[in-house]
Amino acid sequence: MRSKLNLPADRVAYARALAERITAPVQDFIDGHSSVTVERATLRLAGADGATPDGVPVPNLVVDSIRAADPAALEDGATVRYVNALIKSGGAVRALNDRIAAGFDVMSLPLGDRAAIEAKAEELVAGTLARVKENRGFRERKLEQWKGRNNSPLLYLIVATGNIYEDVKQAAAAAEQGADVIAVIRTTAQSLLDYVPFGATTEGFGGTYATQENFRIMRAALDEVGERQRRYIRLTNYASGLCMPEIAAMGAVERLDMMLNDSMYGILFRDINMYRTFVDQKFSRMINAYAGVIINTGEDNYLTTSDAFEKAYTVLASQFLNERFGFQAGLEARFQGLGHAFEMDPTIKNGFLYELSQAQMAREIFPEHPLKYMPPTKFMSGDIFKGVAMNTLFNFVSKATDQGIHLLGMLTEAIHTPFMMDRFLAVDNARYVMNSMDGFYDDIEFKADGIVVSRAHQVLKETIEFMEHVEKVGMFDSIEQGLFAEVKRPKDGGKGFEGLVRKGPAYYNPFESGLKRELGLAR
Amino acid sequence: MRVVRPYGDTMDDGKVQLSFTLPVPDGAKGREAARKLVLSWGFKDCEVVHSNPLSAEYSMYVAYGKTEASIDYDSVVADEASADASMDMDAVNEYIRRHIGRKVVIVGACTGFDAHTVGIDAIMNMKGYNHHYGLERYPEMEAFNLGAQVPNERLIEFALKVKADAILISQVVTQKDTHVHNMTEFIELLEAKGLRDKFICVAGGPRIGNKLAVELGFDVGFGRGAYANDVATFIVKKLAERT
Repeated sequence: MRSKLNLPADRVAYARALAERITAPVQDFIDGHSSVTVERATLRLAGADGATPDGVPVPNLVVDSIRAADPAALEDGATVRYVNALIKSGGAVRALNDRIAAGFDVMSLPLGDRAAIEAKAEELVAGTLARVKENRGFRERKLEQWKGRNNSPLLYLIVATGNIYEDVKQAAAAAEQGADVIAVIRTTAQSLLDYVPFGATTEGFGGTYATQENFRIMRAALDEVGERQRRYIRLTNYASGLCMPEIAAMGAVERLDMMLNDSMYGILFRDINMYRTFVDQKFSRMINAYAGVIINTGEDNYLTTSDAFEKAYTVLASQFLNERFGFQAGLEARFQGLGHAFEMDPTIKNGFLYELSQAQMAREIFPEHPLKYMPPTKFMSGDIFKGVAMNTLFNFVSKATDQGIHLLGMLTEAIHTPFMMDRFLAVDNARYVMNSMDGFYDDIEFKADGIVVSRAHQVLKETIEFMEHVEKVGMFDSIEQGLFAEVKRPKDGGKGFEGLVRKGPAYYNPFESGLKRELGLAR
Repeated sequence: MRVVRPYGDTMDDGKVQLSFTLPVPDGAKGREAARKLVLSWGFKDCEVVHSNPLSAEYSMYVAYGKTEASIDYDSVVADEASADASMDMDAVNEYIRRHIGRKVVIVGACTGFDAHTVGIDAIMNMKGYNHHYGLERYPEMEAFNLGAQVPNERLIEFALKVKADAILISQVVTQKDTHVHNMTEFIELLEAKGLRDKFICVAGGPRIGNKLAVELGFDVGFGRGAYANDVATFIVKKLAERT
């Protein structure tokens, strides 16, 4: 790719080196720990599924009963207990799940022959990994078969009715209108549930529960539209919050294609404990990496919380950190949808040029990454006509800088969940703009000392200064002191801290080791 | 008495623009259905100027209607707490120094399951919103923004701890009336503890009007377009009244 901004390559490399140094101590911590949701994700990959009549999921029952029997027992991992029970109850996963849901406690059985447990576990790992690999193969075959039929950037729409069956209708309509990616936004506060609800759901607030059954229903619906449209429609959900790795596991099994998945979002914007989040994001990203799922990171949130012009460097810093955490989990650049957003105050003189600069800078620094570009939200008002104008400029910047994933702005952003016609108008606007300037990216260059180029150099400089400071202070302390997003998060505060588990010397997680082996991560 | 009607390009022409979706296929029949529908709303005249398929079974319409309905403008009473007379930041601080003589303590949060901090941040964060600084920047105020998803119980405990004068509650999500349940629970909790009179209670959010807030037992409600200085003005004046 030809550089238009002439950014100093050595400074970019230095920023990457800083990211590596900043995240190294975090990585050491992660390697020594697991969490209740990492264990539950592992159980899900082994086949644990179902729930009690009250809705307590089987993976939670298993992990909770292990902890209840002996607070230290989880240090060995949950898999060994589940597989032990599986062998002793005849080897059928479904039957065991039903028994557990009916009250059977896996801790009531003594541990049997270790070699037999490990052999059975390896069999489960092989089965699950094969299924996930087949999902990945299916997606790749479809993308190849229908090559060139998706928009570029991919047009991304959200549905959020609360009722999965209603979502299916809206999603099908959105796909027919031209969307390439459908995200089913989650119900408010699901991120703070320390379990994943079970079954198809028809009630939600501001969104729909992420459940494995809901994933399955939406996947089938989008595959159907895709066949009609001869276009692969990607399905997105949210591997974030207290069940990050479990959602990733469910998504891998049900062939989701993208996951919102940020290394720090939960800490900063959901007040989830920092240690817990770092541990959870690693395992979730290993699953996503193996499944070929594109992650979408949450840098847009820095800009809705703080000023988008002044704090532009926090976005770039976070992109470097997310990239590094991604690499450490085996996630290749082409699966890293690093986030950013068009959120500057529309009254800033030359604001458009600064947005263009920011987007082009991200493009050049992260050339292989399918950048996820988010629309204006903060300054959207009830003036839907102004909203259309802002979305049009956003569409322009996105195409002009060759972004990868384009979340369509809604003219009614500040008013209500979108009407069906709002989504249509958004797609229509984007297609008009992007078609009319199709060759713009290749055709345009920027003045060497102009506003666009100077701004990018300035933001890179500020980013490096910020990252140097973070390195000096240390990542955990930086978060505690509020260096990110102007929020302070105490190390032992936040939600989910009690769910952190120190790995014991006998810690056993055949899925983790299997994924590491497959991803070439074994250290 | 002053009679007014919508103004298109001529006084009293009563022109209104409309857009909507119908769950029918696009086509001549759909457009005629749209026109008749608009007439059924009392418009004297309707022109469907555009239609478009949204899918095989849905279509959208843009239409213009002409209404003869009018309103006596003089008889109208506004619902929102009027922002017209709000003081700016400096005036609020001056007012506090003169009439209250100590720092005004304000606690705010987005309560319940609501995770959208845009509203409370716009009012409280240092930076503020749209060139109106947030309460954290007011030298005569001490402002605590507890963020999102704060349980009502915890908010009240915190307000007691810091001896708050006012509590701000932001509610953005209104699906299935969650905001109403949540705001009601907050006031009921305060009343159960006998604390309602201890605090000035302010509700805010894009779908929250003064009328709704007062109905639910708050002192005031602020909707779309309210800024930190509007909220601050109300609080300090109310406080001065009380002391």
